[in-house]
Amino acid sequence: MSTMMLDLLLRSTWETILMTGLSGLISLVVGLPIGLLLVVTERGGIAQNLWVNRLLAAVVNGFRSVPFIILLVALIPVTRFIVGTSIGTWAAIVPLSIAAIPYYARIAEVSLREVDRGLVEAVRAMGGNRWTIVREVLVPEALPGLAAGFTVTLITLVGASAMAGAIGAGGLGDLAIRYGYQRFETEIMVAVVAVLIVLVCGLQWLGDRLVARLDHR
Amino acid sequence: MAAMVLERPPQVRPAAPSSPPMPEPIVRVVDAQRHFGATAALNGVSLSVDRGEVLGVIGRSGAGKSTLIRCLNGLERLDSGRVEIEGRDITGLHERQLQPVRRRIGMIFQHFNLLAAKTVAANVALPLKIAGVPAARRQARVRELLELVGLANRADAYPAQLSGGQKQRVGIARALAAEPVLLLCDEATSALDPETTGSILTLLKDINRELGLTIVLITHEMEVIRKVADRVVVLDQGRIVEEGPVWQVFASPSSPTTQSLLQSLRPKLPSGIADRLHPVQGESAILQVDLAGPAARSPLIGQLSAMLQAPVRLVHGGIDHVQGEPVGTLFLGVPNRGDAPARAVRFLEEQGARVERLGYVDDDA
Repeated sequence: MSTMMLDLLLRSTWETILMTGLSGLISLVVGLPIGLLLVVTERGGIAQNLWVNRLLAAVVNGFRSVPFIILLVALIPVTRFIVGTSIGTWAAIVPLSIAAIPYYARIAEVSLREVDRGLVEAVRAMGGNRWTIVREVLVPEALPGLAAGFTVTLITLVGASAMAGAIGAGGLGDLAIRYGYQRFETEIMVAVVAVLIVLVCGLQWLGDRLVARLDHR
Repeated sequence: MAAMVLERPPQVRPAAPSSPPMPEPIVRVVDAQRHFGATAALNGVSLSVDRGEVLGVIGRSGAGKSTLIRCLNGLERLDSGRVEIEGRDITGLHERQLQPVRRRIGMIFQHFNLLAAKTVAANVALPLKIAGVPAARRQARVRELLELVGLANRADAYPAQLSGGQKQRVGIARALAAEPVLLLCDEATSALDPETTGSILTLLKDINRELGLTIVLITHEMEVIRKVADRVVVLDQGRIVEEGPVWQVFASPSSPTTQSLLQSLRPKLPSGIADRLHPVQGESAILQVDLAGPAARSPLIGQLSAMLQAPVRLVHGGIDHVQGEPVGTLFLGVPNRGDAPARAVRFLEEQGARVERLGYVDDDA
C-alpha cells in the first residue's frame, strides 16, 4: 500500500473516530436525561406524568422508526442550519447524533427501569427527594447497564458513520465505497474492514472493562 | 421570682384543655382504611405505640400488615382515617411535606434494600447526607454506627460481599443513622436463617433497651414477636383481631387466627402417642394443660399427685418464658381410676389452667 493510501486510511480512521466519539458523547448527554425522564414520568414513577411520558415516547419512537439513510437526507436542512454546511465530517455529526439520541435514550431507559424499586422506596423512606433518588439511586445503580448500553451505542455509531459517507462525510465507510468498491481496490477494502474490526473489538473490550469496574452487584 | 413564675396561671391550650399528663404516643392510627380494588388491606385499624415500646404486628400474608407499616411513614396512603406521628397528623401531607417526617423514622426491609453501587459506609451515610450533615460529622457517625452493629471492619465492603445477616446489620445502622424516634421493621428477618434471625432480633432488642428507641415490626412469625415485642397486634383481613401484652396473648389467645399462628410454637403431643389415643378406655387419661402466670409457677404436678394420691406423669411439653412470664403447655398422664381424671381436670382448672381431656392410652405408651 502506498504512503498516500496509508495516509488516506489514517485520516479516514480519525474521521470515523471523531464522528463516532462526538455523536456518541452528544447521545449520552442528551439521551440519558431523556431515558431518565421516560422512567420517572411513567405510571408509578417518582414523577409520574403520563402526558409528558407519552409525548416523549412518541418522539423517540418517531425518530427511531426512520431508517438512518433516510434520516441522513431528511435532516440536511437542519444540518445546514446548525453546521453551515451539509457536507463533511462535522455535518455528519448532526444526523448521527439525532439518530443516536433516541437509540441511547431507550437503552438507558431499560437499564434505569431495572433498578430495584425497593431501593427507590428505601431512599424515599429516608426522606430523600426526587433529585436525591435520581442522583443516589437510579443513575449509580444503573451505571453498569448504562455503560454497557453506551458501548453498544458507540459500536452502532461506527457502523452508521460509514453510511454517512453517502453525504460526503468522509470516514472509513466513505473510503471503502469510493476506493474499495468503485475503484476495485481490494487492498483498501480489506484494510478498511480490518481497521473497523479492530475499532469495534477495542471499543467492546474497553466497554466490558468499564462495566466490570462499575459493577458491584 | 420562682414563686411568681409558678403562680402564673397555666397557659390554656385550646385543643386539649383537660388532657391527662400521659406521655404522647409516638404513633397513633385512627380508623385506617385502605382498599386495593375490592379487597380491604386495612379495614378500620386503630392503634397507638408508646415511646420506648416494641410493638409487633403479626398476620398471615395479605392480612394488611405491610400496608399498615408503610402508612406510618407515608409510603402508602390511606383511603380514610388518620395517622399521627408524635402527635402530628401526617395523613394529608404531600410527598415534600412528608420528607422531614420520614427523616425522623428509620426503616429496615425484608430484602435489606442496600444500594449495591455504594460501600457499606456510603449506605449508612446516606440518610445523614439527606439530612444535610456535613461530611466530616457523617464519617464519625458512620464509624460509631458500624461499631454498634459490629461491622466496623467492613466499612469499605460492598453489600454484595456481605452475608444476609451482615446486610441487615448495615440496614439497621443505616436506619439509625439520622437518630430516628421510630424504627419500622418490615419483615426484617424473613429472608434470614433462624440463627441469624436470632442475632438480628437480639440486636434490635438491645437497641430498643439502650437507645430507648420505639420499634414497630411486622412479621408472620410468632417467634419474632416472642423474642422482641412488648405488645402484639394480630391482624387478619385488615382488621385487628387481637391485641395485648405478648405474654398474655401467648398464654390465652382468644382469636382463631392467633391460635393458629401460635401453633408452630406450641408443644404438640408426639404422634406416637397421639396415634394410640383411645376415646374412652386406657390406663391413663391424657390431659392437655395450657397454663400461664401463677399456675405455671406452682408445683402443679406434685400437688395434683398428692390430691389424687396417685402418680401423675409428665408425658410431654414444657414451660417457656415470654417477657419473663411463664407460659406453657403440658401433657399429663393421669391414672384412669374412678373419677381421678375428672377430679384432676377440676383441680387444674381451679388453679387457672385451661384443660382438655384428649383421650386415653395404656401406660406403656
